[in-house]
Amino acid sequence: MATTAATPTTSTAGPPPPDSRRTRLRNLRGKIDVKLSPYLYISPFFILFAIIGLFPLVYTAYVSMHDWHLIGGQGDFVGLANYVDVVQQPRFATALRNTFSIFLLSSIPQVITAIVIAAVLDANLRAKTFWRMGVLLPYVVAPVAAALIFSRLFADQSGMINALLGYIGIDPIRWHSDAFASHIAIASMVNFRWTGYNALIFLAAMQAIPRDLYEAAVIDGASRVRQFFSVTVPLLRPTIIFIVITSTIGGLQIFDEPRMYDQYGLGGADRQWMTVTMFLYELGWGAQKSFGRAAAVAWLLFLIIVAVGLINFTITRRIASSGAAHPKGGAR
Amino acid sequence: MSSSVASIRQTAGRGAARAAAHKRGLGPSRRPGWVTYALLVVFLIASAYPLYYSLLLASSDSATIAQNPVPSLIPGPNLIDNLQRVLGSDIGFWHAVLNSLIVAVITSVSVVFFATLAGYAFAKLRFRGRRALLVFIIATMAVPTQLGVVPLFIVMAKLGWTGTLTAVIVPGMVTAFGVFWMTQYLEAALPYELIEAARVDGCSMFRTFWHVALPAARPAAAMLTLFTFVASWTNFFWPFVVLGSSNPTLPVALQLLQASYFKDYALIMAGVVAATIPLVVLFVVAGKQLVSGIMQGAVKG
Repeated sequence: MATTAATPTTSTAGPPPPDSRRTRLRNLRGKIDVKLSPYLYISPFFILFAIIGLFPLVYTAYVSMHDWHLIGGQGDFVGLANYVDVVQQPRFATALRNTFSIFLLSSIPQVITAIVIAAVLDANLRAKTFWRMGVLLPYVVAPVAAALIFSRLFADQSGMINALLGYIGIDPIRWHSDAFASHIAIASMVNFRWTGYNALIFLAAMQAIPRDLYEAAVIDGASRVRQFFSVTVPLLRPTIIFIVITSTIGGLQIFDEPRMYDQYGLGGADRQWMTVTMFLYELGWGAQKSFGRAAAVAWLLFLIIVAVGLINFTITRRIASSGAAHPKGGAR
Repeated sequence: MSSSVASIRQTAGRGAARAAAHKRGLGPSRRPGWVTYALLVVFLIASAYPLYYSLLLASSDSATIAQNPVPSLIPGPNLIDNLQRVLGSDIGFWHAVLNSLIVAVITSVSVVFFATLAGYAFAKLRFRGRRALLVFIIATMAVPTQLGVVPLFIVMAKLGWTGTLTAVIVPGMVTAFGVFWMTQYLEAALPYELIEAARVDGCSMFRTFWHVALPAARPAAAMLTLFTFVASWTNFFWPFVVLGSSNPTLPVALQLLQASYFKDYALIMAGVVAATIPLVVLFVVAGKQLVSGIMQGAVKG
């Protein structure tokens, strides 16, 4: 082994056999290498997360309790004054309402459509790869780009959607000036980008379902629809929970699509589609330049996300498990 | 239940099982009817049309766009013209393309390297606290880090990084998802014998990683590169906050384009097309890998 190669160079050393000292040193170094390397290898993540994840979240709380100006920097300690101020602004309630409205309009139809598309993709299709790639195409469109496209499609005047609605005798919808309509338009951008992506996740989960469960269902006389609701959906439970949780985290922080829905980026004349993150941005980098208040909003949103995540988790568990008897679902 | 397809498969082989399943109209072996394809076609049109619509508008001109809310299905003659106007506008579009490329490439390389390193440690090395630390990393995926913008901005300002690409690159240099992804892959794909062989040959820990783990990780690393690249290319919020208008990435440049030329839809859509083409090309080349990547691990964002 390598020790023999090292011997000649150490021949001049004194009484304690140089060989063994070298070997010991080498062994020690090897030991340190073995013991320390794993920690060294995983350390980049922890260092970075500490600096850009953990520290900012904690420090946000600190900033939120001070007067803090974008340019002027840290001011006096004000306790919870920023929180009180923010919560009392009517725009906070508006932003919260808009965020939840857009979130519900995007997540619920999205999960349902994704499961249906996944079930369709799970059939024994010709040109499988083509269809799978096809549903993923919108994933490569940046939210900003999608927002620019959709804001034109959903234009109040001379927009394509309204023109098409006109063909079938529906009056034009004020996709921008009406709050709920604008939420639908923004939610459709989110759905555009993520439905196919989530369908592929569901597809993977469906293919992991043992096929003999379907056979048993067929023998018991279950129709295809019944198979879908009694076998497929219950066994997708972990996947549904996963997708609901991730879309909660992302959906409640939504910024790109509503920010780009018009050229001003404030969320409409009456802030009818301003989301919480847009409100945060406006407080910190808009006219007020108040980092203290922006930080307060960030912390409030953080708490809301955690709460909604937990609620979602419980609800999804219940819905998906009440489906039917499922032999292997209990194991998870 | 002796006639069940599973038992036929065992007794008479796969072909017979498939035939039996076919006869009984069972599950996956049955070719789906036209309803299935119709559903897929509708969904595909909904997925592809908005992109095509941007191309139609980008090849048109403002007057035509104003007159026809529903554009004709054939692209107009002005695409090159509009693209040239975008690239020549005072937004600095080429600059933004270059910036996006720099950020996406550096971020991807860095994420793949650090994630493979950590994934290798979690999958194949034994050390105290391994499981707990891995669980911690997975848990951090649920932390809405975007909400740390205010302090992060303060830190970047202190470092003098605001307005520079460093401020965008550094926070994205390694991701929890990447570590998790590589751990899962290496656990299955890298045999312990290979590592031991390298160690017996006297390789140091890092050489073992470099010569054994890194090559074995290549397929998963390629997928991770793709996802990181797409995420970086489409990322808007943090670059928008920290970069400002003088040194934009592409999504930020699109926002600037919209703010200054909001009436010129042909121009804005040309910008959208220019910003999206690189990823569409990537999709055509590597879409298959993206699909199997998503299906292999529950990937998100």
